[in-house]
Amino acid sequence: MDFVAARDLATVLDAKAEHPESELLAGGTDLMVEVNLAYHRPAGVISIRRCAELLEWTDRRIGAAVTWASLEQGPHRALAQLARTIGSPQIRAAGTLGGNVATASPAGDGLPWIAAMNGAIEVASRDRGVRLVPWDEFFVGVKETTLTADEVITAIVVPDDAPVMQEFAKVGVRNAMVIATVSCVVARGDDGFRVALGSVAPTPIRVSGAEDLLNEASTIDDTVLAEFAEMVSAEVRPITDHRSTEAYRRHASGVLARRLVERCLAA
Amino acid sequence: MTATTKERVVGGIGESTQRPDGVAKLTGNFAYGSDLWIDGMLWGATLRSPYAHAKLTKLDIAPAVTMSGVRVVLTQEDVPGRPGFGQVEQDQPVLCDGTARYWGEPVAIVAADDEETARAAVAAIVVEWEQLPAVTDADRARAAGENYRDMVIRRGDPDAAGTVVIEAEYETATQDQAPLGPEAGLAIPDGIGGLDLHVTSQWIHIDHIQIVACLGMEPDDVRCHPVGIGGAFGAREDISVHIHVAMLALRTGRPVRMVYDRTESFAGHVKRHAARMRYRHEADEDGRLVKVTVDLILDGGAYAHTSHAVLANAAFFTVGPYNCDNVVVDASVSRTNNPPAGAMRGFGAVQVCFAYESQMDRLAEALGLHPLEVRRRNALESGDPMATSGQIVEGSLPTSRVIDELETIPMPEEAIPDDPSLLPGGTGLTTPRSAVVRGVGYALGLKNLAFSEAFDDFSEVRLILTPVGLEIHTAAIEVGQGLVTICQQIARTVLDIEHIAWVGGDTSQIGSAGSTSASRQTQMTGGAVYEASVQLKARITERFGEGATLEEITADGPIEQWVRYRHPPTEEPDELGQGNPHAGFVVAAHRAVVDVDPELGLVRVVRVDTVQDVGKALNPQAIVGQLEGGIAQGVGFAIMEELILEEGVILNPTFTDYLIPTLLDTPDVQYRLIEEPAHWGPFGAKGIGESPTISSTPAVVAAIRAATGKPLTRVPVRPQDIVGV
Amino acid sequence: MIVSFAINGENRSATVAGWESLLTVLRDDLGLAGSKNACEQGECGSCSVIIDGENVCSCLVMVGDLEGTSITTVEGVAVGDDLHPIQEAILEEGGVQCGFCTPGFVVSAAHLFENNPSPDEATIREAFSGNICRCTGYGALLRAFHKLSEDDS
Repeated sequence: MDFVAARDLATVLDAKAEHPESELLAGGTDLMVEVNLAYHRPAGVISIRRCAELLEWTDRRIGAAVTWASLEQGPHRALAQLARTIGSPQIRAAGTLGGNVATASPAGDGLPWIAAMNGAIEVASRDRGVRLVPWDEFFVGVKETTLTADEVITAIVVPDDAPVMQEFAKVGVRNAMVIATVSCVVARGDDGFRVALGSVAPTPIRVSGAEDLLNEASTIDDTVLAEFAEMVSAEVRPITDHRSTEAYRRHASGVLARRLVERCLAA
Repeated sequence: MTATTKERVVGGIGESTQRPDGVAKLTGNFAYGSDLWIDGMLWGATLRSPYAHAKLTKLDIAPAVTMSGVRVVLTQEDVPGRPGFGQVEQDQPVLCDGTARYWGEPVAIVAADDEETARAAVAAIVVEWEQLPAVTDADRARAAGENYRDMVIRRGDPDAAGTVVIEAEYETATQDQAPLGPEAGLAIPDGIGGLDLHVTSQWIHIDHIQIVACLGMEPDDVRCHPVGIGGAFGAREDISVHIHVAMLALRTGRPVRMVYDRTESFAGHVKRHAARMRYRHEADEDGRLVKVTVDLILDGGAYAHTSHAVLANAAFFTVGPYNCDNVVVDASVSRTNNPPAGAMRGFGAVQVCFAYESQMDRLAEALGLHPLEVRRRNALESGDPMATSGQIVEGSLPTSRVIDELETIPMPEEAIPDDPSLLPGGTGLTTPRSAVVRGVGYALGLKNLAFSEAFDDFSEVRLILTPVGLEIHTAAIEVGQGLVTICQQIARTVLDIEHIAWVGGDTSQIGSAGSTSASRQTQMTGGAVYEASVQLKARITERFGEGATLEEITADGPIEQWVRYRHPPTEEPDELGQGNPHAGFVVAAHRAVVDVDPELGLVRVVRVDTVQDVGKALNPQAIVGQLEGGIAQGVGFAIMEELILEEGVILNPTFTDYLIPTLLDTPDVQYRLIEEPAHWGPFGAKGIGESPTISSTPAVVAAIRAATGKPLTRVPVRPQDIVGV
Repeated sequence: MIVSFAINGENRSATVAGWESLLTVLRDDLGLAGSKNACEQGECGSCSVIIDGENVCSCLVMVGDLEGTSITTVEGVAVGDDLHPIQEAILEEGGVQCGFCTPGFVVSAAHLFENNPSPDEATIREAFSGNICRCTGYGALLRAFHKLSEDDS
């Protein structure tokens, strides 16, 4: 098996261009589960765990190899909150936001945050350079993204107007190491409230109808909040699976969203 | 006899003596079944059915056989002896006999040079199936007469009636033992036609009987050896890798290792029976039970295993630790295409405890009585007849004391906390303090000790005294509970010897110690050690008088004492379930405090306190380990543990989705121990391994009911059950 | 490929395809069977090891990526023939039953106390939230860790 342990981005891009079938390895928390349980045997691996450029991060740009453990300390409040809920300390020491984005699971904990920030995924390839893909153009289905075979996720980028006020919550039956039944990020910026949810659609979603209701209300009182919660429940598209039911997910979506708005209002 | 020094020998009964295998386990040097290794060994792997019920229409092993590195591929026609196995009925074929009857049923086995090749070979086998309708509803199976066992219990007056009637239906889902250590075996041919099998087990002798029959060999030619076990809780009570790995070793003439990964483990061992229970409690206006009527059905899954005994346990404990003169029970355990059910800690007593304790709470509510008061008024005590079988309770059963002691444990001081990560939802930050309601719930549980219904239950021990100390030779399996420790403590107390070694014998070296299950080993193997120690001491005293040293006593060679220890005999009940089927009883009480977020249906278990009837606390620390560990499993079953089955297929056979409580989910525990000696066994000790997991579940559910007002007739309770969506 | 690293202070190397988990290589190739395989998914922590100062699940670490790293396994926690204070504390409090989770707890504890000699209750609970125990109900383990925390403060 071809193994490249890359220390810089040029090596990564070069290796991916030469071997598009090679898979990127950061923390291994998704890829290794495939290796262990599905007996997946990669044809080639490019490790980015120690790639300098991908480990850089600022409050506007988070490198793809930055671990959850680092993000627990980070400047973005909701991102730090959600990072703390991911897996376990062992998982957080290895897993990355970039990996979360690449896997694009409907239950990916970091994804609603990117949506709430109006964030974009920065991708790069040796031959076609860098492009910035808005989150809703990047995530297109269950574990489906618009990343091409020769491209590499290099960073998650949030715009200048990323709200300081942001809150996260996640429903799970257990208090650690649990896949979200429903997760929610609410942010309040100059442009109003943004409400994003995960585990309730094939991709992370923004409930724009519910957002409009909230942002167009002259005052946000209990009646408005109740109506808002109902709209959230109606707008999400959850399924019934072995983890939960559609009905519960709809209900929990409304409750979480309403509570997070209340948290923002109380702050 | 004195030790070689004049100092007091430490580590006798009543002390929290350190376990002898602790250092090895802490340093990573303890050998579990999955650690066993021998150079030149082959690796075994298993092809399994992807369907719950299907006819095997094509099985072509040639692509696997011809694969480089593959040594042998075997199917059912390669089974040398009896085609099936099982503890009671030998109804499970060693390998698929043409019809797969549950998801994961083994079809073919492979031995190869390495793990990768073995797995690739399994994947290369060409197999085709014709799916058949799967029977997954136990009620319908029962109606069709597909039952492993039916039982009827009739006691007293079937026309008796109470003024207060409580009727409800309860359900418990399928729980998995999920021990961390996987199924593992290493089979080593001896070169002269025989085999040594090192295998994870709870009872090597019962395994041995089944293995020998299926291999068509002489008992002396197969030796089952105990190995280090990573937990059991019932999952190691039945055959898993045993016959397969033995067949592969015998056919190749090479040692073969077979270890299951987690998903295969979920497929490869028996589960707790799912249950549906229809109950009618009738009482007088003082809350005293007049009649209890139960219709109980257990889902036995595809093969019998220990379903007969689990049903009996469930049926006899349908009323719980309460007096009632009139009892009507109809109970069945049915054959379905769900995964086979069998032993899991509690063994039928868990399911009915949830039902009868829920009923007792409803009764209390109907009469405006405190939950503990209604239990106190009905408490089954020593000398009372069991409500179901009529057996007079012999020996201690401090039910009222257990209730009274529970009330003396102080409630948690801290109110509902402010820190959201300590509220329901934890670090998921779902819940503001204002959304939380606290609830308190209670439950009692009753369990029998050891085996029942005239089973010839015994444990053999051989003690060997040498100049160095004492050896305890036994086939009893240590699964982590601390049997190794308390047996040393017992022998040490009687014989006043410091150096005591536990020597785990294989099936050719020592007779059966019986199963490590049914809360029996403390009393049975501990009892055997005690008896043998007492007899040994008597012989020595007679020959050497008092005060002789070990060197003097063993000057002419080691001295042996062998004992086969039995508990007082039990009976098969008559056709109406009347008689003396049990060897003894143990009772416990639990109180749970939970914080609930009713809007989201999330629960945080704050405290579970317990009072345990222990007979005699041989090792208090080990007892606490059982109390806390059992409570964790009870909490798990109350709010998160469930195998999700769809058309007989397990949808969550991984630790990602079969959720076991983590440290963040497990409550603090406060406890009291009641010491009223048992009427048999070492120093009056009782087995307490199962009690903690029996009444902890209903206590937690009762607490959630108290917080939410929801009826909650199903376990585990899911968020949607609390919310009502 | 050949991967070289330091394990418990000793230079070791392994000839591997590269995609294997560190857990598999430790157990099958390097004679270090102390780290346990209970789920192979990072959901139980019984395979925990410390790599370059981070506590991670070795079942999720691809061995090909470990060139030049420094690894501590459970076998490297004890000092010579004596138990580490962490191991002593767990033993004394009765925190070992079947013991399958024990190596993972020992390693995670070594990592915790190395970085934080006197962690409070909340820190301790979260630090071990990735280590599953099926036998003890965690009570004895918590008591051991509290004792260690107090002893160091």
